[in-house]
Amino acid sequence: MFDVTVIGCGVTGAGIAYELSRCEISVAVVEKQNDIACGTTKANSAIVHAGYDPLPGTKMARLNVEGSKRMEALCRRLSVAYQRVGSMVLAFDGADLKTLRELLRRGNANGVEGLCILTKEQALNMEPGLNPEIAGALYAPTGAIVNPWGLAIAMAQTAVKNGAALYLNSPVRSISDRGGFYRIEAGENALETRYVVNAAGTFADKINDMAAQPFFRILPVRGEYYLLDKCQGGIVRHTIFQPPSKSGKGVLISPTVHGNLIVGPTADPADGPEDTGVTAQGLQKVVKAALRSDTHVNFRESIRNFAGVRAATATDDFIIEASKDAPRFVNAAAIKSPGLSAAPAIGPEVRRILESIGLVCRAKGNFTEYRQPPLFKNMTKAEQAAALSRDPRYGRVICRCETITEGDILQTLRGPVPPVSIDGVKRRCNAGMGRCQGGFCGPRVHEILSRETGIPMENVEQDLTGSRLLTGETKTGGGAE
Amino acid sequence: MKQYDVVVIGAGPAGLAAACEAYQNGAGKILVVERDKEPGGILNQCIHNGFGLHYFKEELTGPEYAGRFIEMLNNTNAELMLDTMVLAVTEDRKISMINPRDGYFTVQAGAVVLAMGCRERTRGAIGIPGTRPAGVFTAGAAQRYVNIEGYMVGKKVVILGSGDIGLIMARRMTLEGAKVAACVELMPYSNGLNRNIVQCLNDYGIPLYLSHTITEIRGKRRVEGVVVSRVDGGGKPVPGTERFFDCDTVLLSVGLIPENELSRSAGIALDPRTKGPVVYENMETSIPGIFASGNVVHVHDLVDFVTAESQRAGAAAADFCRRKEQPGGEPAVAIESGENVGCTVPQHIRPDRIDQYAEVFFRVGRVFSNSEIEVASGGRVLSVFKREHMAPGEMERIVIPKKFLENASGGAVTVSAKEAKEN
Repeated sequence: MFDVTVIGCGVTGAGIAYELSRCEISVAVVEKQNDIACGTTKANSAIVHAGYDPLPGTKMARLNVEGSKRMEALCRRLSVAYQRVGSMVLAFDGADLKTLRELLRRGNANGVEGLCILTKEQALNMEPGLNPEIAGALYAPTGAIVNPWGLAIAMAQTAVKNGAALYLNSPVRSISDRGGFYRIEAGENALETRYVVNAAGTFADKINDMAAQPFFRILPVRGEYYLLDKCQGGIVRHTIFQPPSKSGKGVLISPTVHGNLIVGPTADPADGPEDTGVTAQGLQKVVKAALRSDTHVNFRESIRNFAGVRAATATDDFIIEASKDAPRFVNAAAIKSPGLSAAPAIGPEVRRILESIGLVCRAKGNFTEYRQPPLFKNMTKAEQAAALSRDPRYGRVICRCETITEGDILQTLRGPVPPVSIDGVKRRCNAGMGRCQGGFCGPRVHEILSRETGIPMENVEQDLTGSRLLTGETKTGGGAE
Repeated sequence: MKQYDVVVIGAGPAGLAAACEAYQNGAGKILVVERDKEPGGILNQCIHNGFGLHYFKEELTGPEYAGRFIEMLNNTNAELMLDTMVLAVTEDRKISMINPRDGYFTVQAGAVVLAMGCRERTRGAIGIPGTRPAGVFTAGAAQRYVNIEGYMVGKKVVILGSGDIGLIMARRMTLEGAKVAACVELMPYSNGLNRNIVQCLNDYGIPLYLSHTITEIRGKRRVEGVVVSRVDGGGKPVPGTERFFDCDTVLLSVGLIPENELSRSAGIALDPRTKGPVVYENMETSIPGIFASGNVVHVHDLVDFVTAESQRAGAAAADFCRRKEQPGGEPAVAIESGENVGCTVPQHIRPDRIDQYAEVFFRVGRVFSNSEIEVASGGRVLSVFKREHMAPGEMERIVIPKKFLENASGGAVTVSAKEAKEN
């Protein structure tokens, strides 16, 4: 019997599990995929919003600002890449300037620090590549960028290291109240748990409906992106937004913590919770919109396109509350943007809610963070020498675009939640994230993964279950069957 | 810091030939650095034949071609350092590298030859719409799986792009029992060698769809099919021409890009058209003493020409470190690209540094039948080369006599291509 079971291990579920694993309670996390952070968490803008967008008084506003304030220290503790680059919202005309003043007002009401409206000259001075036609900009010095999947993995690994039980490959089929506890059937597992937290992202409505009265629907919104080569990573130094509209925060241009440039997203109704395809029209929209902010972005340097699905709902706020009809059942749902920014605050919020409905959370005496191991390329000379003497395979570069060594890859396999797929390795150490997109290192990572885990070569997956790369061995008899 | 006369980065065909030639030209201490565990580069996975027709006057497989140069290298005193990745090259020719045996270290080179080769363009570079399932491979990555690792990457294949590796893989996959449903090319002509169209597609009844492209990849976890559309003259898909192909695999053969991260870090001038270093007649880059050859400079069709170019680089590197004083400052003639001619290599020629003539390589911008290549300077035609057929997929080579270069007006000659005049 678990005290709490968290359903879903994206950045929201991982953040909740991380917070709960600080307490003297038993925690389970069930995740339907074969790894952590496989949904919205791995396909978003990778931005920590300062918190001037959400309407004052909403949960979204409070948790965005609180999350943004907690993010830097959290990332430092877990060794997750984070940079406070600051952000700008551009105005192109008088109407936009009015919007900026409204954002400034909201931001001040929400407690965002350091906001100010820049003149056109000030903005161009700070960011010379911007469209000289801009009329001004809202500057938010607390805007930041982060590695979203890295954060989720680090929090989930810390939770596991502190005793949480993670059940991967476990889609939830049913949740039944057995009077005082729930029984959850998830994949091959049947779990008993006193409390349930629904952090199922784009599937959160379905999970809610298994235990409680339906009261919200996820209306998934698809956002398409370009990721550009590192040679474009310095085009802008800040995250550059356009004025928000009804359909969202618009197309942004931003450096990423990995040194690339991210451009997007669109906001179109998705055809289901996993509709992460990109379209010619969507990508064109991104290009057109981005060039309005900065004409220097060179889309010929694209290294990847992707789309993420956001768990939007008819209302504008997050749904983070105890269920009104199902006892001991808490929703952490409708976590659309700024969900990543709010993640460091959502865990503590859910803990407070659980405590308010009877869960006793005593702090654990021996809680320890699982710091993400440093990549060889980021080590000091002395650390590199020590790593090499510990394992000479730190001297073998496998991913040449990102300079990731075999030692780095082996290190991911020793973590509390080791990767089982090639993209799982990528999410943990960046191998294959560079300009050749795994063209060179893919087969080598494949071999290492197979060798170290015992998964036969043919069974190694690119990413999720069902994404096998190989269909069998080549013939050995020169074509004879 | 260890000192070498010549350090060659890369032990593919370019690096091997450069190192052998540096030795032949008297370089004393030579180091060849290779990332892989074996020398030979990408030739090791090119198990088909057709290599060496020009250089050895016989038909070899890729590994055989590489093998001959490996043997030549073994007969020199050059040091071959395998499993070693170069991380940085500086303007003053210090080379930092890393390997499991020696860790991180730096050597000083008298001269450097960059021979890092090229990489394949990916799906992300060309933005194919659709889902992102497993089963989309660059042709070279698939070739590695099939020929080196011994695994098949799929059973029903559509190939996008008609570059040579894609064509070779169409045949290879067919021979291994896979069904290759189509090869789809955006341009109205193939980007591969004509012999590969015949021997790899036509001979196996694999249809080639020119002026077509993949407009959508479908499939949840693994490719389940692709939508192919015809494109108009501007390369835009024509609505209503969509066709669905059932397949589990997409191979991409949509271009190669010289790998110049090290060149960039050294501050070497790159040509945005070739994406490789700007080079002189002896393959010297904008930094004296750093040379470059092979696919790191511009993408070749035939390894034989990589060899020839790399021998020039190797000889020049040996020559550079033998001289106590570098000449420098000789006048250089710019080789400019005229009508229908992509970037030339070399881009600059110093007439004082050549014997009788200089070789110039380039690609034309479209398909030509009966045609001429014209070399002109200051509005005066210096020489004309007749061609029965030219295509962007086949690299052109011309030789320009020294005397033309010495007399070039304005320090430049222009190479252009056009239809032959009617007789």
